Amino acid sequence: MDRRFLTGAIAVAVVGVLAPLLPSYPLTLLTQAVISAIFAMSLDLLLGYTGLPSLGHAAYFGVAAYAVAILAVDAQAGFVTCLLVALVAAAVTAALFGLLAIRATGTYFLMITLALGMVVWGLAFRWVSMTKGDNGISGVPRPELALPWNLTAPLPFFYFALAAAALAWLLLGLLVRSPFGMSLKGIRESESRMRSLGYNVWLHKYLAFIISGVFAGFAGVLWSYYNGFVSPVDVQLVTSVEALLMVALGGSGTLVGPAIGAALIVFLKNFVSVYTRRWLLILGAVYIGVILFAPRGIVGALRGEASPRGER
Amino acid sequence: MTAEFWLTQAFNGVSYGALLFLLASGLSLIFGVMRIVNLAHGSYFMLGGYVGLSVMWRTGSFVAAMACGALAIALIGIAMERLFLRRLPATQTLDQVLMTIGFALIFQDLALLIWGGDPYTIPTPPMLSGAVRIGDLTFPVYRIFIVAIAIVVAAALWLALEGTRTGALIRAAVDDAEMAQGVGINVPTISLLIFALGAGLAALGGVIGGGFLGVYPGVDFEVLPYAFVVVIVGGLGSLPGAMVGSLLVGLLDNFGKALFPELSYFTLFAPMALILALRPTGLFGRG
Repeated sequence: MDRRFLTGAIAVAVVGVLAPLLPSYPLTLLTQAVISAIFAMSLDLLLGYTGLPSLGHAAYFGVAAYAVAILAVDAQAGFVTCLLVALVAAAVTAALFGLLAIRATGTYFLMITLALGMVVWGLAFRWVSMTKGDNGISGVPRPELALPWNLTAPLPFFYFALAAAALAWLLLGLLVRSPFGMSLKGIRESESRMRSLGYNVWLHKYLAFIISGVFAGFAGVLWSYYNGFVSPVDVQLVTSVEALLMVALGGSGTLVGPAIGAALIVFLKNFVSVYTRRWLLILGAVYIGVILFAPRGIVGALRGEASPRGER
Repeated sequence: MTAEFWLTQAFNGVSYGALLFLLASGLSLIFGVMRIVNLAHGSYFMLGGYVGLSVMWRTGSFVAAMACGALAIALIGIAMERLFLRRLPATQTLDQVLMTIGFALIFQDLALLIWGGDPYTIPTPPMLSGAVRIGDLTFPVYRIFIVAIAIVVAAALWLALEGTRTGALIRAAVDDAEMAQGVGINVPTISLLIFALGAGLAALGGVIGGGFLGVYPGVDFEVLPYAFVVVIVGGLGSLPGAMVGSLLVGLLDNFGKALFPELSYFTLFAPMALILALRPTGLFGRG
């Protein structure tokens, strides 16, 4: 039991205890924040730990979200079926995209993941018979589980999402501390050195790419159930970039940082849009401000250590 | 599927490719010299279209619209490069991405504030309306005009890069910026020049594109992936790459949309993925 695990567990517990005291609107936002945190942490595995800046991460999130929506609405499939199919769909998409993207490094990796992300967006937008195009798929019912609580109510669903996020954080935390995770960090620091030490760099990156995609898909599943609606907005470029911002704002390579970053962005977006219609302007300024004034992210600044970041 | 269909679609594809060339050649050159991933490049296209629209409304001159659009956005590009992008180390790709997307969001919102949310089409001069008939085929004059402009720009860029001293300096900076700096070439000034040129060309594309695609909120993020695909397919920093890439993407997009409307983006990106699998640095890239 190290200190970070304890801090994280306490944070989850505090949020869990305080949640019933919140009015419904902040609770809704908190649920959103928790789901976004999973999405941001999944990207952190790639960006912060492996040094691969993916610009198409919304693809796996979106594929899973669409899988749930299509299965739950058209086929009235249950939660377990939806979850499994969606995770497999995200994994297969990541496995396919990874084959193309992992060959490239740096700028090329960025551009290829961007273009691949656009493939999914294009399908969501144009493949109308499957995805209903720009209208999106609405009426995704909340999952029915063998639990004493009804997940259609906001508070039980929040706990459901919180438990899912805690699980994702735990699994990712174990992963980055494992020998595999250490090798990923080694690749981030120096690919050539790891290669000459005999590591299969390509395979490590490829597996990290797929695992990251599966966790992004997990977030997509929750999002689909939470929102009850999926549309091309969920897979667009801006969604992918927002995930990058969450990671950068919180501090990449820390897992906790991106989760905090996700919460901050969700609350900022929603609160600012209450007071002004110019929230895009403010969000844009946040992007620029983070890079100019907090390039190591919040957690990086707090720890006062040089933060790992993409390539260097 | 008659020969007529194929010829018409091919012509549409070529003319769309010509428009893409205006957008993507600048992106590719900026990439080449500065290694900057500029996600605000689509915004230059959109802003160029809006400025062109306003100038067209005031003056009624399409030439003035093109010139003012290109110049105004070139100035914005200069300001962005000088005040912000230059501060970032060239290796911090992620920082560039986040910063330029920040600008893209700001530009989008400012455009919404100034020009509102309605879509507009830039009125084109009567000289450019109508169509040329050859046998059973009709070719809109405006699309012929786009192709002509792209050819002129491509030729001018080619001559400037290959035939002038500045062009030689730019090519040196593309090949190896550090070495070029080392032998006394003023790379920062060249970067600024290229950035202004790239932004201006994208804006010119926006004014011209505004004549048939229209200008509307969201066009910036709509054209951006196309520009990226062109650059990826053609290869970073390569002018011939941008030419071939634009043509290829224009054709693929048009035939994809005509033959498989539901999968149209897929038919554009799948061949790109294939090219990348075979040549990771693009058709003309040098890695």
